[in-house]
Amino acid sequence: MEIPRDQIEAGSMTRQIYSFHGGVHPEENKQISTQHAIAVAPVPAHVIVPVRQHIGQPAKPCVAVGDRVLKGQMIAAAEGYISVAAHAPTSGVVTAIDLHPVPHPSGLSDLCIHIAADGEDRWIERNPTDYRNMNASALRNRLRDMGIAGLGGAVFPTFIKLNPGVPQKVQTLLLNGGECEPWITCDDMTMREHAAEIMQGATVMRFMLRAETVLVGIEDNKPQAIAAMQQAAAQCDFPVEIVTIPTLYPGGGAKQMIKTVTGKEVPSGGRSTDVGVATFNVGTALAIHRAVNLGEPLISRVVTVTGNVGQPRNFEVLIGTPIDELIALAGKHADTVTGHLMGGPMMGIELARTDVPVVKATNCILVKSAKLFPPPPPAMPCIRCTRCADACPADLQPQELLWFTRSKNFDRAEKYQLFDCIECGCCSYVCPSHIPLVQYYRYAKSEISAKQKDQQAADHARERHESRIARIEREKQERAEKLAQKAAAKPAADAATDDPATVVKKAAIQAAIERAKAAKAADDTVATPTE
Amino acid sequence: MLSSPYINEKTSVFVIMLKVMLALVPAIAAYVWYFGPAILISLTIASVTALVLETIAVKLRGLPARPFLMDGSALVTAWLLALSIPSIAPWWLIVVGTFFAIIVAKHLYGGLGNNLFNPAMVGYAVLIISFPVQMTHWAAPYSLAGEHLGLADAAQYIFSGLLPDGWKLDAISTATPLDTLRTQLQLHRSVADISQMPIFGSIGGQGSEIVVLMFLLGGIYLWLTRIITWHIPLAFLGALALIAGIFHMVNPQHYATPWFHIASGGAMLGAFFIATDPVSGATTPKGKLIFGAGIGLLTYLIRALGGYPDGVAFAVLLMNITVPLIDAYTQPPVYGHKGIAK
Ligand code: SF4
Ligand code: SF4
Repeated sequence: MEIPRDQIEAGSMTRQIYSFHGGVHPEENKQISTQHAIAVAPVPAHVIVPVRQHIGQPAKPCVAVGDRVLKGQMIAAAEGYISVAAHAPTSGVVTAIDLHPVPHPSGLSDLCIHIAADGEDRWIERNPTDYRNMNASALRNRLRDMGIAGLGGAVFPTFIKLNPGVPQKVQTLLLNGGECEPWITCDDMTMREHAAEIMQGATVMRFMLRAETVLVGIEDNKPQAIAAMQQAAAQCDFPVEIVTIPTLYPGGGAKQMIKTVTGKEVPSGGRSTDVGVATFNVGTALAIHRAVNLGEPLISRVVTVTGNVGQPRNFEVLIGTPIDELIALAGKHADTVTGHLMGGPMMGIELARTDVPVVKATNCILVKSAKLFPPPPPAMPCIRCTRCADACPADLQPQELLWFTRSKNFDRAEKYQLFDCIECGCCSYVCPSHIPLVQYYRYAKSEISAKQKDQQAADHARERHESRIARIEREKQERAEKLAQKAAAKPAADAATDDPATVVKKAAIQAAIERAKAAKAADDTVATPTE
Repeated sequence: MLSSPYINEKTSVFVIMLKVMLALVPAIAAYVWYFGPAILISLTIASVTALVLETIAVKLRGLPARPFLMDGSALVTAWLLALSIPSIAPWWLIVVGTFFAIIVAKHLYGGLGNNLFNPAMVGYAVLIISFPVQMTHWAAPYSLAGEHLGLADAAQYIFSGLLPDGWKLDAISTATPLDTLRTQLQLHRSVADISQMPIFGSIGGQGSEIVVLMFLLGGIYLWLTRIITWHIPLAFLGALALIAGIFHMVNPQHYATPWFHIASGGAMLGAFFIATDPVSGATTPKGKLIFGAGIGLLTYLIRALGGYPDGVAFAVLLMNITVPLIDAYTQPPVYGHKGIAK
């Protein structure tokens, strides 16, 4: 229900804010990493730049082993529509272009460009642009070539979202300063220290989107960031509204943020632009400012290093820096290390190894200890207490989805909108039976997707088979008609061809041939990559 | 490897069950105060029986004993059953009831979380059908009783059926107000007349109305601590009051007041502690309202028109059957689906 939760004063303006369903209040643990300013991490001796750090197609390497590269030089170009470029984070020599483990839940390796730094950290020539004199598509291409992808975690190519649509679909530019995951403070610190530059980025985005309204949503647990952003907003030559929202996980999720500040729900399967809102992370706005106004591609980002480390804090880190080197910067571990998360404890991924590089999606490295992250108690049966449903921001019935998944009743799970689950983890977090619900949903989703792929392949095969049969039938009929015509023309036909035994035999041979052909066709279809 | 989330709220089934038991304590205290300590003995018998049966069942099913015994759900079932039957009932009655609750209603259905029916109410239903006589001898309120059963006397009576020399069963036991109402109505007395009898107290029964008040307090505690939501209790009591009010308005001579119905028998205990059992109840907000209201209506119909003095148990069991249907038809809209035609 869309009941205004509160009226919050923001400068002279007031904005009604709304509440989304559910949400939880996990322990924040944010204070410890905001005690110090963002530190600049030193240039590592060796950087590893994956060609796929964004959602979409991997970029294509445009350098060769042995090439000298300068800081900021493009080393892999965007390929295909949904793709962005990758750049050398520092100057040096390309030593290898090969598979290297990357921070990904699958734990798999991906193509990476290795660069041995020369220590000079020499920039390529930087060309600031006057965005006001560029046409929209040139500006978007520039952002693509500058490697800009959403830094909030989704790493979707930003230039695609900076399209107002024809006819104009976007009215509101919404900067997401909501950082709801416990422990993470990179956006908070970025806003505190770079508010003016974020606003300069927002100026470019507003121009590109021709947006009427510019909003910034920040939770009320970041008063310093709110103050800094308000100050920066006051300097803008267009109205910017800083909207203070209640601290509630996952209030920083795009859909939840949009609901909170506009009261609108992004339709299932749709985009935020369907409700006239374009949402970007504040760090992305900063990256856009640097790319357009300074001519610097996205080669670094702010990363929170926290948890079981000597001094938790935020670092401005070059993309490609090995994560173990980054962790070492935060001092000695206070306790025995029991693992590493990339991201927060609610949605982060466990890193199988730490020699993987920092990528554009790396917002936080959370070092675990048994004390900070005790193993969960054994899972008990579901008692249908519906705490999960009460906590679910997607208004799902997690206990029903669990039941359907366990009984492999995937159709019902889909009917109960499994695919609207954003995997925020609220349900698992509150479950008194400690059931790893999200794990079940991931499993169910992958099963359903796999089945759908199979189904598509089978449909495809059947279609091909059916059209073959139809064709053969048609040809047969045509032949038969011709024969009939001939026969009509020459009544004294050879009786032997009408011998029933021969007819049966011929038919059997024909059928066998067709079966073999059909089988082959099916094989071909299955072997065809579906993407 | 584990996957997200990596943190849990500090809670467990045991904590929930503990809070439910805590919420029952004021009512139990009032029970002892007004009706004597026999209830403590029946609670103990039920608890011990439940734990023994639970251990056996868990062992037989090859489950790890510790987490499953530590979940506390068997104890809650035992307490609810003991509070639903006469406190001075013979020990074997409690044991039989607990057996049907724990073994038949719970474990034969697949154990915690899988039972279709509310276990305590299954136990109660078996007893009232099989042993109707024993189920009508309730402890009389101290203020009305001829003799007062102490702890030792109560224990002796419960275990051996023997009363101290010279005592009569009538001196310590009585029919409940609901029971009395039923039998007196059959003698063609008017409700107003019957309510003058001392057993009726000021609203729902001498002493028992205070116990009921404590159930209400405990229920509010459960609501405040988010163990339960308001939907089921409110719908249950609201529907019960509504239909009782209608009947009462049409024929006040023959039908008791709505507040009497709310404050007597198992209504309050049922509304806050029994119908709110998550496993066997509806789960969606709308579904909970329907489920609760259904129990309220059925409770009244069984009380007013049926053959049993109280209707809560049968009402709950009947509504348990409808839960899958209710849940399926009351799914709330999912984020992003509002306004989208299905
Ligand atoms: S919170 Fe856990 S136990 Fe409760 S209904 Fe959800 S899955 Fe079941
Ligand atoms: S993980 Fe999915 S089901 Fe669980 S609370 Fe989040 S959106 Fe709801």
